[in-house]
Amino acid sequence: MAIRMTKPWTPLTSENVKKLPGQLGVFQLADDAGKVVFIGFAGGRSLFGVRSELEKALAELPAGATQFRVEINQQYTTRYQELLMVHVYDHGGIPAGNVGKPLPRLGRLSPV
Amino acid sequence: MNFEPSEEQKAIVAQVRRFVREEIVPLEDKLDPDASELPEDERTRLVDKVKAMGLYGLDIPAEFGGPGIDMSTRVLLAIEMGQHRAGLYVPCYGVFGAAGLAQLYEATDEQKEKYLHPMLRGEKRAFFGLTEPSGGSDPARAIRTRAVKTNEGWTINGSKVFISGADKADFGLVFARTDPEKGRGGVTCFIVETSWPGFHVRRIVHTLRSSHYATELAFDDLKVPHSAVLGEVNKGFAIANERLSRQRIPYAAQCLGPAYKAHELAIDYAKQRETFGAKLASRQAIQWMLVDNEIDLRQATLMCLAAAGKCDAREPFRMEAGLAKLVASEAAGRVVDRSMQIFGGYGMTKDFPFERWYRELRIRRVGEGPNEVQRHVVARDLLGDSLR
Repeated sequence: MAIRMTKPWTPLTSENVKKLPGQLGVFQLADDAGKVVFIGFAGGRSLFGVRSELEKALAELPAGATQFRVEINQQYTTRYQELLMVHVYDHGGIPAGNVGKPLPRLGRLSPV
Repeated sequence: MNFEPSEEQKAIVAQVRRFVREEIVPLEDKLDPDASELPEDERTRLVDKVKAMGLYGLDIPAEFGGPGIDMSTRVLLAIEMGQHRAGLYVPCYGVFGAAGLAQLYEATDEQKEKYLHPMLRGEKRAFFGLTEPSGGSDPARAIRTRAVKTNEGWTINGSKVFISGADKADFGLVFARTDPEKGRGGVTCFIVETSWPGFHVRRIVHTLRSSHYATELAFDDLKVPHSAVLGEVNKGFAIANERLSRQRIPYAAQCLGPAYKAHELAIDYAKQRETFGAKLASRQAIQWMLVDNEIDLRQATLMCLAAAGKCDAREPFRMEAGLAKLVASEAAGRVVDRSMQIFGGYGMTKDFPFERWYRELRIRRVGEGPNEVQRHVVARDLLGDSLR
């Protein structure tokens, strides 16, 4: 598994979200230019996994979010933290849409 | 040997049992099934409660401000504190405080001031860096990380893997080879600050324990001062080994917390659930599983208490600690597995804690020295010189 998510982006529309599976995992939202604006996860209490979480994102859209990508992953907790830490390493901070939201205590990564 | 808890032990255990059932379990019902942290306000509230109970810093020796609990009581408390979903690896979400790196109790006064005391006050976090990609079960021989002496101190190059908490730590203990000619007599322990140039957390290692990750570290010309040596040069292995044996006893007992809870849940469920017109509890197949659980739990508990009793009596306990660790980790795995079977499909869901215990308990047969190594150590003690 690559440390950074590399899947192609999908337009963040209600139709595309409806096609998502009900499994657990992580996801990223990005603006038109592909800049990540939010990182989230679908945990064990999500009603329909990543589909439910993306539906929530559609209802309360983080500023600029127009595309998404998901990764089905049972290790959603540690993968979520990893994606946030890598984002901090690459960009100097967490995505704008995560600011002010509850966050786990993040460590420092310096990937090669 | 008397394994009957004293009146004082019974009172402390009852207090902690109430705390787990009234404070931790209701909170946990609202958290993600893989959570390993409490919201900060809840954590602060519960830490204050534990301090009021006089039980904060359970593993800290009395001379450093801990409650001075003996190992037998510690075993009983470990079993109680683990009786919730996150209880195997994060008993009570850490609100009883942590002892941090016990190896630092042997530090110089200057090192204690700089690292030990801030760590015990919760102001600094630490990691323990022993295992390497070349192996973890035989660190004395597997350690390839090199420390070379210079005029200013030491220069460290190498890597570590499966290290918990290094990415969030302020400092840690790094074991490095300082004499390549001497196996276990050529390893030195260094106190390394994570902000020093040359220290890198290269990646996260995801495991079955999906609520928590380990890390892989790299040291690239990491320069440390002479004052960073913990203990004596070339005597680092003894520092690691002595404390690891001691930690093995509560580590073993912690395995039993979730197992006791799983057994309790399975008994309750068997009394309620009906199949083909009769309660599960009336089926011999179920009864035997519950009896086997009971046997496993009692045997493993006695093994843990036997090891703790030797430790408290200041008698050699390495063999007993190894036996307790391997028996408890294997017994707990079987108990949770049988309890899941009794619960049927529900036992596999994240609605119940079994699946997390099942995954995390698997790691316990490898962590803190694989059970095969524990068997090897016990065999060595039993057979002595005849093995040579």
